[in-house]
Amino acid sequence: MLAYAIRRFLLALLTIWAISVLAFAIIQLPPGDYVTAYIAQLASSGVDVTPEFAENLRQQYGLDSPVWVQYLKWMEQISRGNFGRSLEWRAPVLDMIGDRLWLTMAVSLSAVIFTWALALPIGIYSAVRQYSIADYVFTFIGFIGLAVPSFLLALILMYVGFRYFGANIGGLFSPEYQLADWSPGKVWDLIKHLPLPAIILGMAGAAQLIRIMRANLLDELRKPYVITARAKGMSEFRLILKYPVRAALNPFVSTLGYLFPFIISGSIIVALVLSLPTIGPLLLRALVSQDMFLAGTIVLFLGIMTVIGTFISDILLMWIDPRIRFERRE
Amino acid sequence: MSKAKPPPTNGAPFQSELDEAAFATAAEERVSVATQWQLMWWRFRKHRLAMFSAIVIIAFYLVALFADFLAYADPHKTEAFRSLIAPQPIHFFDEGRFSPHVFALVGKRDPRTFKRVYEPDPTQKVALRFFAEGYEYKFLGIFKTNRHLIGVDGGNAEELIFLLGTDQLGRDLWSRMMVACRLSLMIGLAGVALSLVLGVLLGGISGLYGGAIDTLIQRVIEILRSIPTIPLWMGLAAAMPRDWSVVQVYFAITVILSLIGWTDLARVVRGRFLALREEDFVLAAELAGVGQMRIILRHMAPSFLSHIIAATTLALPNMIISETALSFLGLGLRPPAVSWGVLLQDAQNIQTVAISPWLLSAAIPVVIVILAFNFLGDGLRDAADPYG
Repeated sequence: MLAYAIRRFLLALLTIWAISVLAFAIIQLPPGDYVTAYIAQLASSGVDVTPEFAENLRQQYGLDSPVWVQYLKWMEQISRGNFGRSLEWRAPVLDMIGDRLWLTMAVSLSAVIFTWALALPIGIYSAVRQYSIADYVFTFIGFIGLAVPSFLLALILMYVGFRYFGANIGGLFSPEYQLADWSPGKVWDLIKHLPLPAIILGMAGAAQLIRIMRANLLDELRKPYVITARAKGMSEFRLILKYPVRAALNPFVSTLGYLFPFIISGSIIVALVLSLPTIGPLLLRALVSQDMFLAGTIVLFLGIMTVIGTFISDILLMWIDPRIRFERRE
Repeated sequence: MSKAKPPPTNGAPFQSELDEAAFATAAEERVSVATQWQLMWWRFRKHRLAMFSAIVIIAFYLVALFADFLAYADPHKTEAFRSLIAPQPIHFFDEGRFSPHVFALVGKRDPRTFKRVYEPDPTQKVALRFFAEGYEYKFLGIFKTNRHLIGVDGGNAEELIFLLGTDQLGRDLWSRMMVACRLSLMIGLAGVALSLVLGVLLGGISGLYGGAIDTLIQRVIEILRSIPTIPLWMGLAAAMPRDWSVVQVYFAITVILSLIGWTDLARVVRGRFLALREEDFVLAAELAGVGQMRIILRHMAPSFLSHIIAATTLALPNMIISETALSFLGLGLRPPAVSWGVLLQDAQNIQTVAISPWLLSAAIPVVIVILAFNFLGDGLRDAADPYG
């Protein structure tokens, strides 16, 4: 069991490393480097830049050394908590990301909770009442949820809200709390605004999970132990919830590993449509203006966030499912 | 066999029942000698929704093929005077006679907002003509023509018909939607083809050799799958040089999408390989001295080809969604390229959408195609599974 946990942990570390390389590649890919961009920016604002100054900057950032040395330097700086400066905002990258990262996490987590809260009862109902009208309706809605990309769903809901209710349903805060400091009132305001993005983000995942849950539970319901329990006169409600549902619950945890990256991915685009103050709009802006340190750091942070989520789901799964706990590799 | 079966009288009694029995054995015979593909086809045919979806998808690809013929206005031609015109209904009957026409639009200024508005004028009827002349294009890329499915007399359809309205720059949305099918559907195919090559190659190697190589490839897949795709794609797409041509961007996007897409296919291929490796017929072939390559291609491939086809079909919608999302953000295909995602870019601003909701119409084909591919993939997967 411990061996499994350690193996997962090492894999998580490896993944974080791979993500850091990819994030670095994103920083490096565009033609030119940080200094060229910085100097162009200085020049455009009317500051005279001498070649010596440029050379100094290059040396300072180590841009004259080979790529792998630059990568190591970047890593070393990160370990000291220095993620570089944003070109566009002229501020340390970390200050830029701050609150937005927490809000991204809040939105993603509430989306996961919504996904589960929706998929569990509907999945059970659809399996127990297979081929009932409600089962067909849910299956149909599930397919729609699967087929409508989250950003389109957000657009359509925005349109409906705007057109028929005259309300702008975007954002995470009411105007009066937009710039206010954190207070209980602001937290409550945030909680009131979370459901809509959570529903939009959770729809596709929930649709998938309902289908998995339904299929698993159907397999479970046909097993002899269910018939035995029924023959012995156990109440239907307890019978279903106590054994088959528990056995079919596995995907809820095991899909968390994939659900999490999926939801974070989706949250980026949905945040743009709904103009949420999460990390998504900042990332797009940074990418469009080639503010690469900011963009690379955001990709790195999002990656690390998903890896932690995946790791937690692995550990949870091990805790629930004895087959994994005692797995022996052949 | 029918209800009107004559009662058995003289002569040839029970003839029809004999026929029935013969028919039943013939059907059984047919099943036992049918090839795997025939069995799959029979099973697939029973899946109504999947059959219907297959037809829908074929229709979409036909639209992509004949996009210019189905369009009536040059999709790239801008005209400030025709900005944001609302969709215009077709009236099929004129005084009881079949004569499809639309009402001509009269441009006015709203006296309060000074916005230009267009109102239909029921007295001026514009008759629609089939196979009318319009802008010139290359039919299937072979020969030049200017015939379109619909149009008007005089060949100036873009000034008179607006079936789905126009966008901000006065380009006709219907025509742009037709043309957009091409890129949106093809990028899915290209991306899946590339993923397929990578997936079959790496999944095959993984399943075939096992051991350290297998572990390595599996770990790589796990790592790739735990990275949130959209930020990564966005980063890679944004790093594309601005001066790249449409074709270069197109290929780069395809490669970027396949970079993650291959992992699912690799898993399917590896799983099938591992399962089949243990089968008796593979062992028999090995003992008979058949070469490895021949075992894979001749004996194993037919058994897992169907699964791969099903997995590929299910991977396609993801590609289409991804392209749409990237283009919507302005990081994928860029104008003048026309894809559904590019069309949806205009709908980014909610104020614009609230005034001109027809800009959202490109969402409809996206949803239909994704649904159809999902149903088709489900049907194929069921048909491919002999124990289903």
